[in-house]
Amino acid sequence: MTLPLLAADQVGFAYRSGAPVLTDIDLVVHPGRNVALVGESGAGKSTLLRLLLGLARPTTGTIRYDGNPLARTNLRDYRRAAQAVFQDPYSSLDPRQRIARIVGEPLRGLGLPNDPARITAALDAVGLPADTAGRYPHEFSGGQRQRIAIARAIVGNPRLLLADEPVSALDLTTRVRIVDLLASLCAERDLTILLVSHDLGVVAELCAHTAVLEHGRLVEQGDTTTVLGAPSHPYTRKLLASVPRLP
Amino acid sequence: MTLLTVDGLTIRTAAGKTVVDDVSFTVGPGGRTGLIGESGSGKSLTALAVMGLLPPGLIASGQIRLDGADMIRAPKGRGKVAAVVFQEPLTALDPLMTAGRQIAAPLRRFRGLRGGALRSAVAQTLAAVRLTDADRIAASYPHQLSGGQRQRVAIAMALACEPQLLIADEPTTALDVTVQAEILDLLDRIVTEQGTALLFITHDLPVAARVVQDTHVLRDGRIVESGPISRIVSEPAHPYTRTLVESARRFDEALPRIRP
Repeated sequence: MTLPLLAADQVGFAYRSGAPVLTDIDLVVHPGRNVALVGESGAGKSTLLRLLLGLARPTTGTIRYDGNPLARTNLRDYRRAAQAVFQDPYSSLDPRQRIARIVGEPLRGLGLPNDPARITAALDAVGLPADTAGRYPHEFSGGQRQRIAIARAIVGNPRLLLADEPVSALDLTTRVRIVDLLASLCAERDLTILLVSHDLGVVAELCAHTAVLEHGRLVEQGDTTTVLGAPSHPYTRKLLASVPRLP
Repeated sequence: MTLLTVDGLTIRTAAGKTVVDDVSFTVGPGGRTGLIGESGSGKSLTALAVMGLLPPGLIASGQIRLDGADMIRAPKGRGKVAAVVFQEPLTALDPLMTAGRQIAAPLRRFRGLRGGALRSAVAQTLAAVRLTDADRIAASYPHQLSGGQRQRVAIAMALACEPQLLIADEPTTALDVTVQAEILDLLDRIVTEQGTALLFITHDLPVAARVVQDTHVLRDGRIVESGPISRIVSEPAHPYTRTLVESARRFDEALPRIRP
């Protein structure tokens, strides 16, 4: 097996004088092997994602990037390597900025060369024409905005994309197109995705590994085909049984 | 006699843009009809027009008859005949009023209940939507309840006076998948028990297939295809419906079929 890109090792998190939000989380992301984090409201998915993004520090345990614990010294490297896409494409793009400035934001923030050609290339990679750069977010539909958010995430050529419900707010037909886009970006750009989602169909399409989070604990994880095909934990079975199916 | 007849419904904005275009359908007593469409299809505006609740600035023409009443020319409260459940229970419920008082309001208004009779009707209504611990829920404000509990309270309010028609506009979209399954079961059971007709509005084809019999597929304000949902899923005729079914099938087939 290759060296893990990102790993959570016995990670726990609790607010001061509060009950633990996360307990004993062991999760490993290998390059080229997309990981899904599945669970419902209040399970701790978003908290875990904040820890994995380095936006908060675990109370116990360690987050490792490329084998090294996340610390002030390597956070800048990590930020170049790991980018995020969020659920709501309406609130994640600044309405006052042109698309060129929005997509170029990570380049400025991370001290990378702010080259208009890179912005055009990122827009092209997500299937948007070059003239997108001069326009504003309100001129675009939800699916197009999510493409812009993805362009912003990949403009600095990250290795890891942490995506929090990236297609949940989208229409079904748009959802298919964005899932296809994410899959092709992984194949073409050595990009690995950590996907937070409650949509098991999307998980099965995109991710090789699935981890199920309930009440702040990982109750089951493994190959997606095994976890979704032969779930061993009652909660995973309940999740699967709840998915409405086509007749 | 049909309960709801929508005939040639067209809705325009003040600027003259047509957002719903010549939509016609009917719902009979106890029937279950779906309106399926994506954002901008006009499905929610159609539902608001049926209730006479179109926002100012939108102009409806055509014909809407709800239990005989003309809902376009003389829209008036039809709370006894029809009730609505919306997508987001947090915005549908009054944040400053306890769940119990909100459920009591329609019971007081339409069934004229007061005092002890009103209290016991509220308790019965909460029990009907399977809210255990009814006393605590009745005394709670919306922010003190979970998403699933809030949607149950909204359904309890809508069904408190046993309307003939329940309009459900994306009632489970904001909910977790296990909660969604419970709420769909609940809706299914209550409309069957009360003989309520259901107009179910959603973008989610598998969810629609779970609850409705007949459906209309809307796109850009027009109905592009109508028929029994089983036929629409198995043999979609219109190109747009085919795209919609193929999209849903992609995610459906990615999941293994297992017996829980």
